[in-house]
Amino acid sequence: MSWLQKLLPPKIKRAEVSARNKSIPEGLWSKCTACEAVLYRSDLESNLNVCPKCGHHQRIRARARLDMLLDAEGRFEIGAEVVPVDPLKFKDSRRYTERLSAANKDTEEADAMVVMQGAINTVPVVVACFEFEFLGGSMGSVVGERFVRGAQAAYEQRLPFICITATGGARMQEGLFSLMQMSKTTAAVTRLAQRKLPFITLLTDPTMGGVSASFAFMGDVVIAEPGALIGFAGPRVIEQTVREKLPEGFQRSEFLLEKGAIDLIVDRRQLRTKLSELLTLLTRQPAVEA
Amino acid sequence: MKTIFLDFEQSLADLAAKIEELRFVQDDSAVDISEEIARLEAKSQSLTKDLYAKLTPWQIAQVARHPQRPYTLDYAELIFTDFEELHGDRAFADDKAIVGGLARFNGQSCMVIGHQKGRDTKEKIARNFGMPRPEGYRKALRLMKMAEKFGLPVFTFVDTPGAYPGIGAEERGQSEAIGHNLYVMAELKVPIVTTIIGEGGSGGALAIAVADQVQMLQYATYSVISPEGCASILWKSAEKASEAAETMGITAARLKSLGLIDKVVNEPVGGAHRDHRGMAQSLKRALTDSLRQLADLSPTQLLEQRYEKLMAYGRFKEQKVA
Repeated sequence: MSWLQKLLPPKIKRAEVSARNKSIPEGLWSKCTACEAVLYRSDLESNLNVCPKCGHHQRIRARARLDMLLDAEGRFEIGAEVVPVDPLKFKDSRRYTERLSAANKDTEEADAMVVMQGAINTVPVVVACFEFEFLGGSMGSVVGERFVRGAQAAYEQRLPFICITATGGARMQEGLFSLMQMSKTTAAVTRLAQRKLPFITLLTDPTMGGVSASFAFMGDVVIAEPGALIGFAGPRVIEQTVREKLPEGFQRSEFLLEKGAIDLIVDRRQLRTKLSELLTLLTRQPAVEA
Repeated sequence: MKTIFLDFEQSLADLAAKIEELRFVQDDSAVDISEEIARLEAKSQSLTKDLYAKLTPWQIAQVARHPQRPYTLDYAELIFTDFEELHGDRAFADDKAIVGGLARFNGQSCMVIGHQKGRDTKEKIARNFGMPRPEGYRKALRLMKMAEKFGLPVFTFVDTPGAYPGIGAEERGQSEAIGHNLYVMAELKVPIVTTIIGEGGSGGALAIAVADQVQMLQYATYSVISPEGCASILWKSAEKASEAAETMGITAARLKSLGLIDKVVNEPVGGAHRDHRGMAQSLKRALTDSLRQLADLSPTQLLEQRYEKLMAYGRFKEQKVA
């Protein structure tokens, strides 16, 4: 416990403990998960949930993300009609259907992806965004289908397609159906290329497994948020396999940039400007006023 | 080669030991016991048949991993002629967990690509237990592009626990290597026929399994995560692997009924490892059939059909949005 925390009046501490979810704390105060600075919540939000003290990018919800990314006017959702079923009647310690309804209750989402059409600084786009709070942003049939419907909308209207990832990988409870979403989503991306439509991926914390190993690195431009964990296998699995300690910063955005795996790291607060700039450059449009 | 028995085959192992013993006795015995041996052998055969008629998914997973199971290079020899292995990704290394090369199939030129496990300890290590690194997938990609260039059909054989989870593999872009294969295979302008011959372990399997026809051997498995992995995450105990295998649906029969694969290729009595030649023969027939179905399609039709197949994966429902 830091000295600052010890000084905090109990009320503030309670706000922090009672927060059901670390990334979306309720109450007036919030603590940065990286530098432990105690932040006034509205300050943090107006800073797009980037810690003003240390620059740590906190995880954010899909709709909050789309809110800050897309222009306020004229946006609408795609694929919300697609909702999950339980094709294998899957049951471990809990039924899959129970997990689905619990996740639905917690997040008010039907599955782990929200797709919207709209504009970024007036540049029209379709954006698919993972919801990590819904079963770890895992990719099952609904995520795959919503992604494809988004890509399809972009294809038909000749718009760029952006995907923002935040996921642990494939959804085990849908078995091989989940694995097949990897080839399904990636195939949808090939269509965009046929029409020379830009596909940009933004990898946020975390981007692992089946999503990382499908379309995530197939973007014309692959962007990461600072400090995001990005990789195929999880660090614990690797550590158990190779039986050695992983290097400092392994599988973080900065490490991937160093290794040549991604194009650039973009601060969330510059994201709108960067994306509209990249999109206009790729499509040979004049620059837009940010 | 002496058959290695799996845990659930104890009754077969006992019987085999008995037969062995009688044979040994027979050599220096005045009494003719060949009749008794023949009787026991017939019994062993029918016992094998009964046992294999009702394997659980977890037992099937054991058969799929059997150390004597035929691997890609066995099929390359038994099904194809003139197999010419080609090596390397032209960038980093030759990954021996994936093999590939030119060959002839029923006299027609083709490309053969597959995971390869090792037989003895030394080879197992050299082939990294069939777990490819990025350079393996990039070699496969290079060979697929070559096949496209020369208009050769591609046969892939899947048999891997999964892509290797190592430091170097991550550094060299394991994710990108797998994703890139999925991307290119979705639009490769030649027929692709995939057979899951042993373990179809997740993304590491799928990276060479995007195909026009996907078939599975009867006792092969194909899954999003290994039963052990699934059990340790969802049940918090790897011991629940058999339950996980049951519920995940990893067997050929189950996946066929779910519409996730096109065809199940039956194995010889007691599994492919008991009769490589017999297995290769039925697989060759199945491959011939599969290829014939694709042969008459134009490249455009082929790609259209493949795309539709890929888009059809998934189960969900649609409801009115409020």
